[in-house]
Amino acid sequence: MAKSQVSMTVNGKKVEELVEPRTLLIHFLREQLQLTGPHIGCDTSHCGACTVDLDGKSVKSCTMFAVQANGADIRTIEGMATADGTLHALQEGFREMHGLQCGFCTPGMIVRAYRLLQENKNPTEDEIRFGISGNLCRCTGYQNIVKAIQYAAAKISGMPFQEAAE
Amino acid sequence: MIPGSFAYHRPSSVQEAVSLLGSLGDDARAIAGGHSLIPMMKLRLASPSHLIDLGGVADLKGIREDGKDIVIGAMTTQHEVIGSDLLGKKIPILAETANLIADPQVRYVGTIGGNVANGDPGNDMPAVMMCLNATYHAVGKSGERRIAAREFYQGAYFTALEPGEIVTAIRIPTPAAGHGYAYEKLKRKVGDYATAAAAVVLSASAGKVAGCSIGLTNVAETPLWAEEATRILTGSALDAATIKKAVAAAEAITSPASDGRGPAAYRTKMAGVMLTRALARAKARAGL
Repeated sequence: MAKSQVSMTVNGKKVEELVEPRTLLIHFLREQLQLTGPHIGCDTSHCGACTVDLDGKSVKSCTMFAVQANGADIRTIEGMATADGTLHALQEGFREMHGLQCGFCTPGMIVRAYRLLQENKNPTEDEIRFGISGNLCRCTGYQNIVKAIQYAAAKISGMPFQEAAE
Repeated sequence: MIPGSFAYHRPSSVQEAVSLLGSLGDDARAIAGGHSLIPMMKLRLASPSHLIDLGGVADLKGIREDGKDIVIGAMTTQHEVIGSDLLGKKIPILAETANLIADPQVRYVGTIGGNVANGDPGNDMPAVMMCLNATYHAVGKSGERRIAAREFYQGAYFTALEPGEIVTAIRIPTPAAGHGYAYEKLKRKVGDYATAAAAVVLSASAGKVAGCSIGLTNVAETPLWAEEATRILTGSALDAATIKKAVAAAEAITSPASDGRGPAAYRTKMAGVMLTRALARAKARAGL
């Protein structure tokens, strides 16, 4: 099948590539752009490990063709820290609050939480749990992921982070 | 998993989309949000030679009032349904339902038009549209026609849509101000289809039900409109005995499959439980 030209902005950088129409966005990111942060977990739109931010939406990049992202502005986990290596508040939160164990779900979790905090600067615990309900974690039981997101929300709004009593 | 090869088309108007569908024939599929179709393509259960992406058709977007109706463009995402002030004020059952569909990522991309047009009995919006007496605008090469949601669903994945037609919009008669509503869905986990679900819209007058409508999800080959149950409830004060009778009438029209969500008899019972709960919440919201 003839390839199509796509151009998009990925982590602030313009990219132009040729893709087969059937190439999924996750394969395009991982194999053509070498951005292996977004993971392939379930490959069936359930687990959220492949989540990227696309034009202000959290999307599962395993359930979208790269041609459909033509012209889009995409951010992956690779685009979260600043150029000098300073971690994003969410990355810092996951480190400080032990929000990961094996780490496989973390890139999707952080990119999803990024959009959640863009839409809701100070989410309640219930709103966080509902907001990340499309991201599965098989290690942590989610407790520390919720704390990590609360840590980041507090840091971004310049408030002190207070861990809720157990 | 990698889908089979196809040619990708991105029309910018409904006319262009419909003429592509017409000229490319059976090997072409329209794609809306793609969250039903792409997984099927990855499993090679669907392998269209042509995909016609409706994502570039601006006319299929947007939510507007048109006289006594509200018209929702087919490519409006579930996320946009949830965020719409107009829908929140006039037809709040839509956001309540949309929030129970799949998960946040899927709701950013999945569309209301795809949800109603696909004919999947597991989808939630069809029963809600039957409950609301919605009409679908369908456009094919011979022009536009309107199909009542209550007459649209013929079997699992079989609808009144003709080959070459697409649903372009959903037209809903605006329910009376102050109406009660609820969508109750039993599911095993986030992202699951309903074991059973019930949609209720009702309006009250002088302590009685003035108008009422009920839809049921995933307890038959098609979504169901529970007409007999509706008739039993209308004019009542929603007392326990009447509710029991209506729930029995609703259960009687179900014919669910036994599957991983439970045996058929259980799913029928759960349809009754969901309806009972939905009626209680709708009643409270209507001030009855």
